[in-house]
Amino acid sequence: MVLELTTGAPLVVDFPFEWHYIRSIIAVSLYVSLVAVALSTLCSLPVALLIGFTEFRGKTLLTSLINTGMGFPSVVVGLVVLFAVSNQGPLGSFDLVFTPEAMILSQFVLAAPVIAGVSLAAVSSVEQNVRDAAYAMGGTRTDVAFVTIKEARYGIATAVLAGFGRAISEVGSVLIVGGNIARSDGTSVTRTLTTAIQLEARQGRFETAMLLGAILLVLVLAVNAIVVRLGNDGGGRYR
Amino acid sequence: MSIQRRQFVAAVGSVAATGIAGCTAFRSREEGAITGETLRLTTTTSTYDTGLLDELNAPFEDRYGVTVEAIGQGTGAALETARSGDADVVMVHARALEDEFLEAGYGVNRRDLMFNDFVVVGDADDPAGISGTTDVEAAFTDIAEAESTFVSRGDNSGTHAKELEIWDAAGVGDDEFGEWYLDGGGSMGEILTQTDQGGDYTLADRGTYLSMRSDIGLETHVEGPIEDGPDLLANPYGIVAVNPAVHDNVNYDLAMAYIGYLTGLESRERIEEYAVEGEQLFFPEAVSEEPNFQQYVPEGWDGADD
Repeated sequence: MVLELTTGAPLVVDFPFEWHYIRSIIAVSLYVSLVAVALSTLCSLPVALLIGFTEFRGKTLLTSLINTGMGFPSVVVGLVVLFAVSNQGPLGSFDLVFTPEAMILSQFVLAAPVIAGVSLAAVSSVEQNVRDAAYAMGGTRTDVAFVTIKEARYGIATAVLAGFGRAISEVGSVLIVGGNIARSDGTSVTRTLTTAIQLEARQGRFETAMLLGAILLVLVLAVNAIVVRLGNDGGGRYR
Repeated sequence: MSIQRRQFVAAVGSVAATGIAGCTAFRSREEGAITGETLRLTTTTSTYDTGLLDELNAPFEDRYGVTVEAIGQGTGAALETARSGDADVVMVHARALEDEFLEAGYGVNRRDLMFNDFVVVGDADDPAGISGTTDVEAAFTDIAEAESTFVSRGDNSGTHAKELEIWDAAGVGDDEFGEWYLDGGGSMGEILTQTDQGGDYTLADRGTYLSMRSDIGLETHVEGPIEDGPDLLANPYGIVAVNPAVHDNVNYDLAMAYIGYLTGLESRERIEEYAVEGEQLFFPEAVSEEPNFQQYVPEGWDGADD
């Protein structure tokens, strides 16, 4: 055992991780980010559409608030969520601290304003004459809304991707609320690619940190490609 | 005939008894208060980053059928997490902070676990000329006078607490920290890397330093007590269970099983045998022939004195 370790340490430049370890980190990263983005989209999209389609006092203020939310510092969000889910906090009884679910909560807070803000911009930028045309052709309010969503679908897809990008690349809050836990057999509990990179970097193992960084990039690229592909397919079918 | 019958009955009885014993033994293991549960341990980055914990936790998990979730934080943060009831057990290395934790009632059943030592490491060219001294206070004074860049943890960790203690002993007040004194604000690994990249000296625990030595270009200038250095550089680790009377959600049974396991003979062997690049990192001190009652209570506790 000891011998293995002593001879193993200098060989760190080869593939230094167990495949199981990498796989479970990727799984946790994707689980947390995808669930957080799905929930954020479910909440943010209706809000963005509602704000986009109605005129009311304070609309500008609300829009500014959402746009400010897009820039929330993730460490602050992490701290606030930690206080909320800690045993002493208001959500303490749910026993969420240092779990993937707590990480989902903090990423939800981070991604929701991004998705709301970018979708709102996309919906608002659908030209008024498109809406007028839909209305003039006898469309109901719902029809007009559908036409607008269809016109804005690329913008909305961009919003979801931006939210996903924010969630999966974020390290500050998931480190605080998740604790970067991996079991002794190498199964990740709350360790994501970003926190694993941070862990490698703090131990001076920059090569392995880079390797994990490359995996993260590929992952983000893959998710983007899938979403763009889906968007194109949809466009082809409905046009 | 009757004897045979008696023998038969006895045989059946003993088989039945064994069977029942087996069942109950099995059942009591199934119903054991800790099987399948999760222990949450907050610990220092120095034990976490050296890899010792994985080595110790895997056999514990196997034996009890539990999982250990270890969270590497600075000593201050690890104790704070436990203070709010978010951890079951804490393994740290700053006796003063541990005592505070015990005295406030958050911790119970503290045990000494193991020790290693601190070393002053730095650039090979040694601008303050401290290499080889055994007087760490003088070395710190020299660093301050030469205004060589010193990278501090600055994170309320056990190493940071020790560093401040040495500055204090060296008679260098924090008002004398000039531009040469950098607050790195990170874990031991980060600070070693920062020192390697752009500093002259830092104080490191031997374990993290050894585990990183092959990746960085720093040398040991002042040795700790393991290599006959001054006792001021001793680095004892303790383990404390979180008081279930204060936080009734903590898993006290499992925490005590873990403390029992870590302070037992089997773990002593594992700690002794744990080496990185051929060097032993930690020295167990939980099991000894001489009793050490001071480990259970805050240092200098009246009630525990003879």
